[in-house]
Amino acid sequence: MSDERKLPYVMAFNEAVRQAMEDDPNVFCAGEDIGAFGGVFGTFGGLQAKFGAERVVDTPISEQAIIGLGVGAAVTGLRPIVDLMFMDFMCVAMDQIVNQAAKLKYMFGGEARIPLTITTAGGGGLSAAAQHSQSLEALLCHIPGLKVVHPATPYDMKGLMAACIREDNPTVMIKHKRLLGIQGPVPEERYIVPLGVANVVRPGNDVTIVAWGRMVHEATAVAEKLAGEGIQCEVIDPRTLQPLDIDTIVASAKKTNRVVVVHEAVRFGGLGAEVAAQIQEHAFDYLDAPVGRIAAPFSPVPFSPALEQHYIPDGARIEAGIRSVLFRTPVGA
Amino acid sequence: MSITPAVQFDLHRRMVRIRLFEEAAGRLAEAAKLPGFLHLYVGEEAVASGICGALNDDDHITSTHRGHGHLVAKGGDFNRMMAELMGKSTGYCKGKGGSMHISDLSLGMLGANGIVGAGSPIAVGAAFANKYRGRGQVAVAFFGDGATNIGAFHEAANMACALHLPIVFACENNEYGEFTPRDKTMAITDIVDRAAGYGMPGVIVDGMDVIAVHEAALEAVAKARAGGGPSLIEAKTYRFYNHHGVQNLGLKYRSDDEVAKWKERDPIFTLEDRMIENKVATRQRFDDIWAELRNDIETAIKFAEDSPLPTSDQVLVDVYSANGGN
Ligand SMILES: Cc1ncc(C[n+]2csc(CCOP(=O)(O)OP(=O)(O)O)c2C)c(N)n1
Ligand SMILES: [Mg+2]
Repeated sequence: MSDERKLPYVMAFNEAVRQAMEDDPNVFCAGEDIGAFGGVFGTFGGLQAKFGAERVVDTPISEQAIIGLGVGAAVTGLRPIVDLMFMDFMCVAMDQIVNQAAKLKYMFGGEARIPLTITTAGGGGLSAAAQHSQSLEALLCHIPGLKVVHPATPYDMKGLMAACIREDNPTVMIKHKRLLGIQGPVPEERYIVPLGVANVVRPGNDVTIVAWGRMVHEATAVAEKLAGEGIQCEVIDPRTLQPLDIDTIVASAKKTNRVVVVHEAVRFGGLGAEVAAQIQEHAFDYLDAPVGRIAAPFSPVPFSPALEQHYIPDGARIEAGIRSVLFRTPVGA
Repeated sequence: MSITPAVQFDLHRRMVRIRLFEEAAGRLAEAAKLPGFLHLYVGEEAVASGICGALNDDDHITSTHRGHGHLVAKGGDFNRMMAELMGKSTGYCKGKGGSMHISDLSLGMLGANGIVGAGSPIAVGAAFANKYRGRGQVAVAFFGDGATNIGAFHEAANMACALHLPIVFACENNEYGEFTPRDKTMAITDIVDRAAGYGMPGVIVDGMDVIAVHEAALEAVAKARAGGGPSLIEAKTYRFYNHHGVQNLGLKYRSDDEVAKWKERDPIFTLEDRMIENKVATRQRFDDIWAELRNDIETAIKFAEDSPLPTSDQVLVDVYSANGGN
């Protein structure tokens, strides 16, 4: 990349929103504390000062109405960006997301267009306990009509956010709370990372690791460590979780014959199950081991750091998972 | 004051317990000794104290993200509270809930809550069960001004009135939801205006005056207990510290003047002044109370610090109950 300007993940988000607002007067933002305060994570910082309170709207604490505002404004011709402070709060607005935003177009025989971006912050690792730490992407990906992105780098953040805003479908942009400060190259000019295209973060021939969000970084660190032993891991970040770029994952599985999926969400019914199922459908004859899944145990996210550190997959668990798939040793959760 | 000196001392004690607990928690958080989020109740002590002082031990309350004060006012144990804030296995929630989920079901405290507005429907359920069993218990839902903007509040208030339940809706109107002032998120000034829409009476009280809060609570609780149905109390109050943590972090969402004005009306010091003026207490007596309770806090901090952390095998414990309950 020639442009080596670096930005933190949070500012890559901010820049994508700012540029979209400069380019398209139909784009506006609404959410709790995003205006004068710039959002509790700073993601909307400076935008109200630049675009005014009509276009960067501080809303009441009313998640249902916030999503509804987005749905109604989108179906009548605007291009809203609406924010749910924490991903956990989407549960308060589930009807508007699942039964309204996702389904209007289909139910209306294709007549509606919902260019709506829902932004939110997911993931654990802050001792924020069970209602402020969840990774609920599987719930969203299960709903036809929604698209779901979860960038791992500042570059992907800007490009995917720009793509979400231009999408004519409801998209959910999941920021990871623990990645907000990470720095990375981000070109100043406008660009798009297309939805539904995975990124091969690191090529390798021995085993494929599919990971997203913060787990991309954990997995890459393990891959680098194992490279020292001569084990070459191919790390794939789908970036978009719905639609999922299964072709890239399957092609990698056919090459390496072994796959491990890593995610922060609980293992049961997590997206890893979908990835594993599709791999066995498309590449059964190529597999030398069952697809491994490294994920959270089946409990709410515990508060105490002493517990949470055993909850979220870390390097040691990922490494053990990779070894078990490589050497067919028994798999732990 | 028609409230007896004994009750005045009781309310005072509840408030000082809250203040000392919160100040200690704030200091520990600033020293990076508490993980997670911390929403302090300092400044609002009169609300929880005045209302919980009107409740019996077996009455129920639901709380908010700013929940320590409610638990302390309902009789919470410092040791187990402090241990929970530190994520220790001896804490109220065995380290699984932390500040935002602190609870003591044996005291009828049905939990702090990380989801704004989520407590009120639960209080409605407790009130329903109380009416159903017919033991004369009441439920109180504590919530902020901001929480009245969420659908759950509307549904809870309406259902409580429709079912004529023994419940008190206690709004702590501190004029802000996080960093956004009330006037940006609602077109009314007084939360109490909402009460009429559900068909329940509502009163505004000075939330910095524990006696006023207590008198309003006695009336609302007695009405609920006697089968008179729900009511709403709006206490005008103020949080002295930031939305979470202690510092204002240089955030200019409230003016220093505004904060200073409210601090002049400190609910504890104004009560002490009045009690001394009315000759029901002496400075010395108050100093003794503060010293005694400070000691309790020191003991609690030591207890929490000396307590063990939960072990990794606890992650999967208590996700479900074993069957065979009532
Ligand atoms: C459903 C939901 N939306 C948003 C939040 C984030 N949040 C936590 S506290 C808070 C402000 C609550 O304001 P208020 O009800 O007035 O209580 P106060 O903090 O002033 O005591 C917000 C927006 C949340 N925890 N839950
Ligand atoms: Mg408030």
